[in-house]
Amino acid sequence: MSAVVLALSQWAIPVFLIFAPIYALFKGVDVYNVFCDGAARGLRLLVQILPFLLGMLVAIEVFNASGAMQLALAQLQPICNRFGLPADILPLAVLRSLSGSGALAWCAQIIETNGPDSFIGRLAATMQGSTDTTFYVLTVYFGSVGVLHHRHALVVGLLADLAAFAAAFFLCTLIFK
Amino acid sequence: MVNIIWLLLLLAGFAAAAWQGNIGMVTQAAFAGAAKSVDLIVSLAGVLMLWLGVLALMEASGLLQKLAGLLSPLLRHLFPELPADSPAFSGIVLNFCANLLGLGNAATPFGLQAMQELQQLNPKPDTASDSMITLLLLNTSAITLLPTTVIALRSSAGSANPTEILLLCILSSAFGLLVGLVAHAVLRRR
Repeated sequence: MSAVVLALSQWAIPVFLIFAPIYALFKGVDVYNVFCDGAARGLRLLVQILPFLLGMLVAIEVFNASGAMQLALAQLQPICNRFGLPADILPLAVLRSLSGSGALAWCAQIIETNGPDSFIGRLAATMQGSTDTTFYVLTVYFGSVGVLHHRHALVVGLLADLAAFAAAFFLCTLIFK
Repeated sequence: MVNIIWLLLLLAGFAAAAWQGNIGMVTQAAFAGAAKSVDLIVSLAGVLMLWLGVLALMEASGLLQKLAGLLSPLLRHLFPELPADSPAFSGIVLNFCANLLGLGNAATPFGLQAMQELQQLNPKPDTASDSMITLLLLNTSAITLLPTTVIALRSSAGSANPTEILLLCILSSAFGLLVGLVAHAVLRRR
């Protein structure tokens, strides 16, 4: 199963890249110009996203580097202990929604110190793989169209993250413990 | 909501640094964050432009519309407020497929393309529409058949079976998405 998926994901991009222009050429599209027009649209999008991304990353970086995050996590530690969660897992859960690279670094460190096939190593990997960075996606997607009022987007995004983490913990406990 | 969280993050960071007597940390972190955002945009730029170029070709040749027609019955139920022939579906379909294959970098341009189409239908352009939030959920819950980064991480750490967590990831994401969609369905009526 995973071999098929791996092959599929390796082939998807090359096939796509070749097939799209050839098909367009057969349909009489001015291929090179249309391609460059599309790329130019991408450039405008990037310019539109940057301010939003900058604002969010500055706040997250200040929150994280100042030690405020560690302080907040320390408050949550007793709750963690009550549910039998390993201590290193909570920072990963919080980081996962905030910063993609931060979560990956934390996850890598957990796996390195505890081993990839330890319970906590498997749990960290499952959590890392089961959601994406909600703050990043929110910032980039809404920033690209200039939406300022997000309504309940952040709430449902974080709720989905929380549910995914809970499911990961439940499944890992069920299978690996 | 985002206003409050943004200010709260900054304020908490400021307070924590001041309390530790190391206020210089705030300056450093703020500059580092600012630089990081530009790095991120630059690293995203090439791939994004490439894919939007390819996407423009698919759009002009009618391939995109065909693909969307083929696959959108699956996703249509998630976007009941969109007209069945909405051009947003092609972007949504491609975004979903790229995510499924674990091609996160390729998924973003398609998602942003769909976002632009959704914005055209949005009665209040400065406020997120219901479909936008659904699309967002599809992306943050990241249902993927192949979480490539994590598997690479596990195999480089010498795991006996790096892909054994695959099914767990899929199930956890699916549950997360389900909970998110239910919450969205409840909150959208307000």
